[in-house]
Amino acid sequence: MADKLHFSLVSPARELMSGDVDMVVVPGTEGDFGVLAQHAPVIATLRPGFLTVHNGSEAPQKIFVYKGFAEVTPTSLSVLTEEAIPAEDLKANGELEKRLKDAQEDFSIAKTPEERHAAEEEIGHMQAIKAALAEV
Amino acid sequence: MASLKDLRNRIDSVKNTQKITKAMQMVAAAKLRRAQEAAEAARPYSERMEAVLTNLGAGMAGKPGAPELLAGNGKDDTHLLVVATGERGLCGGFNSSIARLARGHARGLIADGKTVKMIFVGRKGHDVLKREFGSHVIELIEFGDVRNIEFSHADGVGQKIIQLFEDGAFDVCTVFYSLFESVMTQVPTVQQIIPAKIEVQEGAAASAEVYDYEPDETEILNMLLPRNVSIQIFKAMLENAASEQGARTTAMDNATRNAGEMIDKLTITYNRSRQAQITTELIEIIAGAEAL
Repeated sequence: MADKLHFSLVSPARELMSGDVDMVVVPGTEGDFGVLAQHAPVIATLRPGFLTVHNGSEAPQKIFVYKGFAEVTPTSLSVLTEEAIPAEDLKANGELEKRLKDAQEDFSIAKTPEERHAAEEEIGHMQAIKAALAEV
Repeated sequence: MASLKDLRNRIDSVKNTQKITKAMQMVAAAKLRRAQEAAEAARPYSERMEAVLTNLGAGMAGKPGAPELLAGNGKDDTHLLVVATGERGLCGGFNSSIARLARGHARGLIADGKTVKMIFVGRKGHDVLKREFGSHVIELIEFGDVRNIEFSHADGVGQKIIQLFEDGAFDVCTVFYSLFESVMTQVPTVQQIIPAKIEVQEGAAASAEVYDYEPDETEILNMLLPRNVSIQIFKAMLENAASEQGARTTAMDNATRNAGEMIDKLTITYNRSRQAQITTELIEIIAGAEAL
């Protein structure tokens, strides 16, 4: 695995991360996918979840992303997201519990089936993330 | 002829003014650097976004079923003008040049029989234009107490605009802001954001990467386009912030220099009239002595 992948994580305000890595696992809307160098070009939307960055023998780094999209070319991966929080920070600041509560509140006051569905989805995401976070 | 005391007071007051303008200039220069960095740091995101949208848009343009944010809703009757200006004055022609551009645009549209609605981001533009276009103003969004512009501020504005668009309140949306070129030059700019203007260059489509889409193109576009509106507003606000500080730095630098010139001139006048007074007194004494 000689080839490295150029990975950049960009938020509207600034470039959060940029560098060459071995592999990144991206939480796509239609399922997680791993990106290595020489990946076929893809544009995919993200669901709330963890980006996992693998690089050499370092421990994989997990970063929470909330919506956004990923652009994959054979040599690079750019993830554009509005929010990105390293997993350790997310665990520490209790942001997740707040969002889960918000989502549950949304669900209880939802009037239309669409709203109800959206809130349900959000709760699902947040619970999945909570479960994943417990393992970190 | 002003008395010596008057002149002295005048010189002191100009000196005080100079101190203030000097301080403002230094503060603006320091803020400028930060604002400029913020504007530059935001560029990668909007560039990527643009690249992806161009790529997607080239494939979708002209096809039926293209999202309304991209293709427009087929009408051109009601225009929403988003005028982004600063919250403070004393920055040279910054606010007024944006306001002038927006005013010209609005007058043109009204003359063509279109309906014009306005949203102001920043107080100054509203102050200038409310007299003429008061009845067209939908909302004034102030960020007076915001020190650093964050994406969430722009996103709030963006979502309001999209909500209005979905409610059919307007057909075309344009943003007015000032593009930061350098400390000396800021260019007032008009940018249409709804429907999104995508420049399709001839032959560019062929060379562009052929992407797989996951989920399909329409869904990605539906997600990206509303975000693009917020991003463009955010970009406008950041460019504005940098432009405002740039304009203020230049304006205050000029003001300091003018005050300096004024002080020099007043000092010369002061010295001349002081000497004239001494001469007069001497002549009086000599004349008095001779008379004896």
